[in-house]
Amino acid sequence: MEKVLLDILGAIVTFLVAFVVGMTYGGLNRKITARVQNRKGPPWYQNFIDAYKLSSKKSAIHHGVMHHLGPAFLMVTSVMTLLIVPVLSHNNWFPNLNFQGDLIFLLYIMTFGPLGMALGAGQTGNPNSAIGVTRGLSMMVGFEIPWVLALVALMIQYHTTSITGLMAVQAHSGTWLMFSSPFAFIAAVMALFGMFRYSPFDIVGAPTELASGPIAETGGKYLFVMMSSGSVFTFAKLTLYVDLFLGGADNLFILIIKTFALYLIPLLYSLVSPRYRTEQAIRWFWGWPSFFGLLAILQAIIF
Amino acid sequence: MVNDKNSQKIVDFIQNWARKHSIWVLAYGTGCGAIEIPPTMTSRYDAERLGVRGAATPRQADVLLITGYLTVKTLKRVIRVYEQMQDPKYVIGFGSCTINGGMYYDSYNTIKVLDKYLPVDVYINGCMPRPEAVLSGFARLQKRIAEGRANGAQQYKDNLEWYRANQKKIIPNWIMPEYNW
Repeated sequence: MEKVLLDILGAIVTFLVAFVVGMTYGGLNRKITARVQNRKGPPWYQNFIDAYKLSSKKSAIHHGVMHHLGPAFLMVTSVMTLLIVPVLSHNNWFPNLNFQGDLIFLLYIMTFGPLGMALGAGQTGNPNSAIGVTRGLSMMVGFEIPWVLALVALMIQYHTTSITGLMAVQAHSGTWLMFSSPFAFIAAVMALFGMFRYSPFDIVGAPTELASGPIAETGGKYLFVMMSSGSVFTFAKLTLYVDLFLGGADNLFILIIKTFALYLIPLLYSLVSPRYRTEQAIRWFWGWPSFFGLLAILQAIIF
Repeated sequence: MVNDKNSQKIVDFIQNWARKHSIWVLAYGTGCGAIEIPPTMTSRYDAERLGVRGAATPRQADVLLITGYLTVKTLKRVIRVYEQMQDPKYVIGFGSCTINGGMYYDSYNTIKVLDKYLPVDVYINGCMPRPEAVLSGFARLQKRIAEGRANGAQQYKDNLEWYRANQKKIIPNWIMPEYNW
């Protein structure tokens, strides 16, 4: 009984850390973007102010049950991903619910939120939302291929389907998987561009083209839930990458350095890229990233 | 927490502070003044450092920016957009045309005084107002929000019949879809 209570407390702590770190990364994103564009930019805590303002909006309308539940789907997905991914290697404050085969479960659960969101966006009846949803699902077909290839390569190479298993491999051999299976790392990082949906892959929520796409009819507290679930999901994804390829982290400081270094890759690439069209984005993902994914599989089978 | 007057005051203060520093603008390009918005938002004047940021749709926006003259045809759309926005919401009348018609004072096809149709919180004078004037208008709006005086939305709700009568006088075929706001 006591263990369950401790786990719940730890889950809350994990969620709070993920929320704060994710929101701060969002604010730093805006700051870095502004500095690159030779502006002063908002303060790094601007996202917290925005989130608080959205949560303190006095009215929030919805267009039906599915639209009401859409942000909740996203939040559930983010929290589940966060709780399965081990945040730190040896720490009781961050419990995780991982089990044998959680890597395969993660592949499924990461697409669950966008699907629920798509149902919600469909109920608004806004044509921009419908276009955004179709684009999002098309792009998911694009970046899931290199992502799955990279993960399958890891599973074949190290004969394990659990994240802690892969972390144990790295701890045992002393080299990060980033170096021992470089092709899988390249394919996974290229798939990360699609997961973050920053430019040039911001075809889903293009503000000037689609009026922010699936979230066009969402405002107030709903937008607050989506914003915070996005922040938590950012942290969960980056932590998953650090666990899989960069050898995990022993304390929060190292974790933040590693995750931020990873976060800078899609961020800096977005600053110099205009937006792709949908078919160009899918072609991009089925090009070099999938090629590196296949190389990773070959490496896993042959060596 | 005890819901007495003092705690409500503290909550109001914090919420108004957040609202003041996070203004999402729906720059609805009704008239020629829309051309002053890009320089306000981009590198030269950088409104984002004040927390002012563009919003894509009325559902997400806090401020409706009426940039310049409003034709009779556009007024209908603007009313719909305004009523779709979520509380608390503010309106900025931008340019002389929204105050007294400006250079379109004798036009048959534009409205002259915006305040008769929508509750305007802040006016920015000029034809056209430069980005400095726009920023000063935002600063004025921030001051009004902090003081809790930017309550145009409440005014609109209280005097809805008066506003509707004025709007229907201008728009003869009042066919608006049903929506909940």
